[in-house]
Amino acid sequence: MSRLDLDTVLSWVPKGSRVLDLGCGDGAFLARLSEERDAIGVGVDIDPANLVTAVSRGLDVIQEDINDGLDCFTTNRFDVVILAHALQELTHPHIALQRMVDIADEAIVSFPNFGHWSCRLHLGVKGRMPMSRVMPRHWYDTPNIHFCTVTDFDALCSALHIDIIERATIAGPAQHFLGRWFPNLFATSAIYRIRRSGD
Amino acid sequence: MAVSLSDGSVGLVTPQVAHFDEPFTFASGAVLRSHELVYETYGQLNHAGDNAVLVCHALSGSHHAAGYHSEEDRRPGWWDLAIGPGKPIDTNRLYVVCSNNLGCCDGSSGPNTINPATNEPWGGAFPQPQVKDWVRSQKRLAEHLNIPRWAAVIGGSLGGMQALQWAVDFPDWVEHCIALAAAPGLTAQNIAFNEIARHAILSDPDWCHGDYLAQGKLPTRGVALARMVGHLTYMSADGMSDRFGRELREGSFAPGDNSEWVFQVESYLRHQGARFSTQFDANTYVLMTRALDLFELAADYNSDLVAALSVAEADFLIASFSSDWRFPPQRSIEIRDALLAAGKPVTYANIDTDNGHDGFLLPNPTYEALLSAWMCRVGPS
Repeated sequence: MSRLDLDTVLSWVPKGSRVLDLGCGDGAFLARLSEERDAIGVGVDIDPANLVTAVSRGLDVIQEDINDGLDCFTTNRFDVVILAHALQELTHPHIALQRMVDIADEAIVSFPNFGHWSCRLHLGVKGRMPMSRVMPRHWYDTPNIHFCTVTDFDALCSALHIDIIERATIAGPAQHFLGRWFPNLFATSAIYRIRRSGD
Repeated sequence: MAVSLSDGSVGLVTPQVAHFDEPFTFASGAVLRSHELVYETYGQLNHAGDNAVLVCHALSGSHHAAGYHSEEDRRPGWWDLAIGPGKPIDTNRLYVVCSNNLGCCDGSSGPNTINPATNEPWGGAFPQPQVKDWVRSQKRLAEHLNIPRWAAVIGGSLGGMQALQWAVDFPDWVEHCIALAAAPGLTAQNIAFNEIARHAILSDPDWCHGDYLAQGKLPTRGVALARMVGHLTYMSADGMSDRFGRELREGSFAPGDNSEWVFQVESYLRHQGARFSTQFDANTYVLMTRALDLFELAADYNSDLVAALSVAEADFLIASFSSDWRFPPQRSIEIRDALLAAGKPVTYANIDTDNGHDGFLLPNPTYEALLSAWMCRVGPS
């Protein structure tokens, strides 16, 4: 995830929040959240090397597979739960999303936008599954098993009765405004602030 | 010289004895009028007293956790892997205390020590200790050593249960708590294995109702069998396959060869049993397995583990070992989930290993790196 994406996520985390970072990696971002936002963070990651690095940063980390490891987090335990660029790797993204909005008051989710024009070009013109800097792997060996577009994600939130509080889109420098106006076509990735619907 | 006093060893260590004259009342109501605890320390207690770490031993462990007793010693203490200068429990920074549990057989008051009332060995008359009794006796030792509180209480298996009990029974004494390969209580299967071990000992004709010492006997066959069963539960099936396979130590698979077959695994278990049977006291084995059976962390909290751990004030490190089937990862996850539900700071890892329950005692790069990384938050910075 780019620095720009993470800056956006950071700006959405209120000071002093209790934060759960799903797929926290080596904990670099969680450490930044605790330094810059006084967040009390817990990370979740499956990789042992990541775990050790995150622990050495003084963080608390739970070694667990996000796919089946969210039940241990009790309802309303956190202010914010973050899933940065891992949605597309989950076995059941819709179940994870539902659980996330239960665990925390707000969830922040980011993902690469499969509706980006370059993806459409790959599929529409070349007839091949897209590969890019953000998605460098072949279709058969990629961990990204559940790609979606910005419009797909909007529809899923609606179906799951999840409210979208805010959305930010990341686009190439030339398509900055296009990305804002036509995110499904020009955003390379999208970041959402969501919560359980009030009704 | 077998002892290498190279980097990482605490070197030669001498056990010490603390004598307590005030009576000690067990959870069962039984009373010791006086008692002794034997213990070792490594590193130096600092002026503020905020660098003291208690290491709790498991079923067959002792106060000898690190270093060597003499230059001829062939083996270091049971957790030399983790304790020493520059090691995860770094004795350059931390003051480490490890005591032999009350009722054990390595010097603390127990079945093989003299009952002052009779001037005979206690034998089967020694009171049944429970995990919470050990915690209270260790608190006395801490006070004896002028330790105001523990920067960390650490243990694996039964020692991990003690560490958890410490965090629940004396929350303001425990700043950090590490429980490795532990469980919040024993399952029916765990108790069943312990019962087989006890039955082996009690069936030995030399058991003499626990008074074998007074009668000049030792139930070595029973203890050996108990240890063989116990040892089996500490290893994983894959680990045993890797180590022993179907290799023969004696005899052969050649057609017509009907000589005595001894598989490597048989030989290993017999050796472990025989060695243990002359070193470990039978009454102690019975008491320790029973203490395990009786352990339930949330017993005083209506069996509500979240309620029990809500009391704790410690930061927790909970680790399980993937191939451990004695106290499998699921048992550590129960502790972890209760801690999360109670809103306590917790790190959890499931170490990938073939070493089974013994994983917490054996080298493993991830395990050692994790322990080192986590221990950096323990003690004065």
